Amino acid sequence: MNQSWIRIRAVMRKEFREYRRNRFIIYTMGTLPLIFTALPVISLFSISSATPPSVVRTQVGITLLLLLVIPVVLPATIAAYSVIGERDQGTLEPLLTTPISREEFLLGKSLAATIPTVGVAYVFFLVLVVAIRLGASSVVAHAVWQPSWFLAELLFAPLLAAWSVWVGTAISARSSDVRVAQQLGTLASLPALVLPLLMSLQVFKPTATVAVVIAVGLAVIDVAAWRVVSKMFDRERLITGASAVTMRAEAGT
Amino acid sequence: MTRQGWLITAVALGCAIGALTGVKKPVGDILFVSVIVLYLAVAYSLGGAKRQVDAKVRESDADDDHSLEDGVARVTVPPEIYGSQTPREIANAIVTRSGNFSTAPQDEVTSDSVIVVEHLTKQFGQRVAFEDVSFHVRRGEVFGFLGPNGAGKTTTVRTLSTLVTPTSGSAEVAGIPLDGGHDIEIRQRIAVMTEVPGLYLRLSVTENLVFFAGLYSYRDAQPRIDRALEAVNLSSRANDLCGSLSKGLRQRVGLARALLSDPEIVFLDEPTAGLDPVASLEVQNLINALRAKGVTVFLTTHRLDEAEKLCDRVAILNTTLRTVGRIDDLRQRMFHKSILVTTVDPLPDPDRLFSAIDDVASWTKDVTGGYVLVVSDVRVAAPAITRALVAGGADVLSLAEGHHSLEEVYLELVGAAGQGGEQ
Repeated sequence: MNQSWIRIRAVMRKEFREYRRNRFIIYTMGTLPLIFTALPVISLFSISSATPPSVVRTQVGITLLLLLVIPVVLPATIAAYSVIGERDQGTLEPLLTTPISREEFLLGKSLAATIPTVGVAYVFFLVLVVAIRLGASSVVAHAVWQPSWFLAELLFAPLLAAWSVWVGTAISARSSDVRVAQQLGTLASLPALVLPLLMSLQVFKPTATVAVVIAVGLAVIDVAAWRVVSKMFDRERLITGASAVTMRAEAGT
Repeated sequence: MTRQGWLITAVALGCAIGALTGVKKPVGDILFVSVIVLYLAVAYSLGGAKRQVDAKVRESDADDDHSLEDGVARVTVPPEIYGSQTPREIANAIVTRSGNFSTAPQDEVTSDSVIVVEHLTKQFGQRVAFEDVSFHVRRGEVFGFLGPNGAGKTTTVRTLSTLVTPTSGSAEVAGIPLDGGHDIEIRQRIAVMTEVPGLYLRLSVTENLVFFAGLYSYRDAQPRIDRALEAVNLSSRANDLCGSLSKGLRQRVGLARALLSDPEIVFLDEPTAGLDPVASLEVQNLINALRAKGVTVFLTTHRLDEAEKLCDRVAILNTTLRTVGRIDDLRQRMFHKSILVTTVDPLPDPDRLFSAIDDVASWTKDVTGGYVLVVSDVRVAAPAITRALVAGGADVLSLAEGHHSLEEVYLELVGAAGQGGEQ
């Protein structure tokens, strides 16, 4: 399918401009990761060199779990607002009468929610690992500075964020109230945390091969989610509140 | 919540309880509960959407009821000027397509038709938004689309602008069939200004226009934006946030946005709704400027004075199309010609006086004390009436051709629809 990157970029730029004009979005984007990074840093700094390796591994696992919570939770509310928010402020109808396709519109919206989230997640990951290298005990530093953990963060952060965004967008495209959409969006993004949870519980170890395989799986799911959400994006339902397919069936034509 | 919503929720809760009591491994619990939570979220979300549909349909039904009642109640045309066939009879004849009048001569599709609509119908479930609508719009004309609230005007615009799929019938917009396969091509050739301008209030005027120019894939949009802002006289406010603009100025930004892509057809949905007279006049001047440039304007409005001033032709819709044509033609088809006579004192024997004039078919006294004479040809009848009045010793104050506004045409047609609907 031919997508116009000019149109996708137009949507992204508009979204970024709106973020900049609404400082609460930026503040909330910064506050949550700050908490999720500061708490484990304090916890890891308190671990001495004499601590048993199993305890250290558990603490580091929880820390990385918290870091992967950031790309899952952060974009959920933004994505949940993406479609219904446009409808709520009366901008959806003029937008949908332009030549933009639903795939382009949704891709622009999702990239605009994913990119800053991933940026924030990477920055805080970097801050954490550097802080640990400089200030934590050598046992902790050794446990954190593993290539597999870096690879997991590098690959999983964007893919988990994308999953969270598509779930939020799907709810946004089908919901009737902004508040409900945002609450459901956050709630429905949580299952994506299963992956980092399993990693932190040491159910499987994030070796480089495992990380790449899971990342490929997540990428396939994300692309499929884009297509599914695009199919769910029904212009008629969004504008009139009624689905063309359902209504035609009910009318018996 | 809908019945399906309750059922899905009950099943999901049953599964969750079963899992929590049956599964012992903590990881399994977490996985299972997560899936159930996701399932519940989606189920609830779908239930919410269904509720919204019901609410919208109810709201539209309420609008329809009100408008019909309103239309019937406000018929004010004096019956004495109707001649042998009352406007209501004429209107009913048009509505039922069985009388002496037909819309066909005024609405033949020609080679310069840019919108062609044939038997188009849109139903939302059992509710009919509009039904069996056929008309065409010529290139470069301002076409008025009139009707009461809930008549289906906005749904027609949404259908023609590819937002809503018709239930049956066919249409062409800018020469492209409205069949679901060419939606983007159609949207590249049209522009729609909705009743609410739909601007991003945190962005400036220029930023709004840059965004929409991007949606039309224009790489260097600044010259277009400058032209559009100049056209709506907003160049000086280009950097103002849309949130800081008055309603009239926002409406103008909406118009500038509609002009960005140099569209062949502009759909304007109530463009002057809520504007003060000066702002309305500016919008009307813009519409005239668009016409001068050869742009086709499809104008839906409640304001009949505005339609009368701006439109080359009008269509009156009340779920079904009541009529379509030039306003003057509609007047002639709806009402017989008449002459209004006012005298200083009442005539002693008006019946004898007017009956003696060949060109006067009938007469009646109106509420102001004047006389309304139904005639076949005003140019022949007026001198004859003047001579008869002078010969009869009457002190004539005025003698004028009877004029019927578009409002009278509209009210008769919509009133007839109301009556037809009751039958």
